[in-house]
Amino acid sequence: MIPPSSTRSSKPEGAPAPVTSAAKRPPATAGAPRWYSRYLAAKEPIPRALSLPLGLASFGLVIGIWALLAYTRVAPALGFPNLHNPFFLPSPGTVAKTLYNMFAHEGFAHDVWASTRRIGLGFLISAAIGIPLGIAIGSFRVVQAFFEPIIAAVRYMPASAFIPLLIIWFGIYEKEKIAVIFIGVFFPLTLLIADVSANIPKELLNIAYTLGASRWQVFWRVLLPASWPGVLDNMRIGIGWAWTYLIVAELVAASTGIGHVILSASRFLQTDKIIAGIITIGILGLLTDALFRWAYWLLFPYSDRVSR
Amino acid sequence: MSAITATDVSMVFKTRGGRVHAIDRVTLEIPDAHFACIVGASGCGKSTLLNVMGGLVRPTSGSVQLDGRQIHGPGTDRGMVFQSYTLFPWLRVRENVEFGPKLKGMPKDERRRISRPLLEEMGLAEFARAYPKELSGGMKQRVAIARALANDPKVLLMDEPFGALDALTRAAAQRFLTEIWEQHRRTIAFVTHDIDEAIFLGDTVFVMTPRPGRLREVIPVDIPRPRTLDALGTQRFGELKRQILELIVEHENRALPQATNGA
Repeated sequence: MIPPSSTRSSKPEGAPAPVTSAAKRPPATAGAPRWYSRYLAAKEPIPRALSLPLGLASFGLVIGIWALLAYTRVAPALGFPNLHNPFFLPSPGTVAKTLYNMFAHEGFAHDVWASTRRIGLGFLISAAIGIPLGIAIGSFRVVQAFFEPIIAAVRYMPASAFIPLLIIWFGIYEKEKIAVIFIGVFFPLTLLIADVSANIPKELLNIAYTLGASRWQVFWRVLLPASWPGVLDNMRIGIGWAWTYLIVAELVAASTGIGHVILSASRFLQTDKIIAGIITIGILGLLTDALFRWAYWLLFPYSDRVSR
Repeated sequence: MSAITATDVSMVFKTRGGRVHAIDRVTLEIPDAHFACIVGASGCGKSTLLNVMGGLVRPTSGSVQLDGRQIHGPGTDRGMVFQSYTLFPWLRVRENVEFGPKLKGMPKDERRRISRPLLEEMGLAEFARAYPKELSGGMKQRVAIARALANDPKVLLMDEPFGALDALTRAAAQRFLTEIWEQHRRTIAFVTHDIDEAIFLGDTVFVMTPRPGRLREVIPVDIPRPRTLDALGTQRFGELKRQILELIVEHENRALPQATNGA
């Protein structure tokens, strides 16, 4: 038996680092590292209690700069007078009020829902075809040889360039929006997923063969489960693209949706509404991201990245 | 009775620089319940030979027989353990061990009857529900050995299974493997580049030399079992080590000037 002393590799991220006490402690010996030096060492873990405040502080920084431009005369002094004009750059307070009004009185929730629904459908269709196809491309050379060149070519054609055609083909309503998202997401997502399954170590498959697995079993019981975490990772990246293409589609032709609200606001120089719309997209993006992280944590407790 | 034999196995790879003889007409026989170690410098084809015996790689020419029957492809009669950690990360330790039996469609109770004693033997009973990420390198390799044994293979093929372990864990793992072998008495082919490891573990050491990969010498290890740490310090151990080292070094010296001229 191997002695228990050699068990378990250390997990630095779990180590409770006493921030405050370390900060207050005077240097013990001459030449001892200053309290902040450990945060300046590359790739060193930081205490969890610190990462949330740091994340919030970055939002604070952006809003702070914004407030500085809106409420003080810094911008004109620096030579950007437009940034101190409430018509061009409304203050954070105004935007917050506008955002509230949009939800309370202008039916903005309906637009948010319209956009979310388009994202959901467009992304679901892309993923429903892209994931199986990507896995097949990454796993079977025949499939790869057939599909990869065409997908790689289409990937370089910008989805927004298809919009005129898509309007002609699908009209200006939901189908067209979903088609734009599909073209923007499906092709790159498929190639990323193909990469995931292509990079599953051959040895993992070989060991399954030596344990008596058939080719079919190797695919279903090893290749697929080994691919899922990477698939989810790339879905998270893909849904970000979906947002980009949705707004592009809604800016071109739409009667509902966040993009539509932004476009009509720009016609009347309602910059507060534009910013409110952009912020809403950001919040929805954060929420989707959190949803994917949570799903990862829930589905892949065995992953190295999940500590519980 | 389970002997594994390689007959006239050659493996030629075509590269841009020409044809490379990874293995050149290697014939060897590992008798039943025999612990055979295959040593050699890197590039001598020892791992390729093991993969050929495992059926993962088809040799350019020659064949492999298990109990006189030619093998075609991998099978449950030959369990393998690799150097890299090949546990399935999404399966718990017990599920990893039961992977082979489950493929056969064995019901749960029967699978437990196989995995429980194996996990106990490996000192891993309390880790049955742990995921591989929670294990140390040495523990992972013990699970990999248990997983191979769960299929009740006739032959165990091991490719530097302790190569990634630190020196202390490695020594413990070697002692552990001898104990396992003394109980199970499986035929084992064990590839390593560590001469000490080969002598400590093996009944026979097959010495291979590279470019082209050939079987240079077959050296019986006449150190009595059970072998303990004391065996490492004996005069006989030193003699064997020197003998093997000389075979490898002699070949290097001969090959080096040629290699520099030729390439």
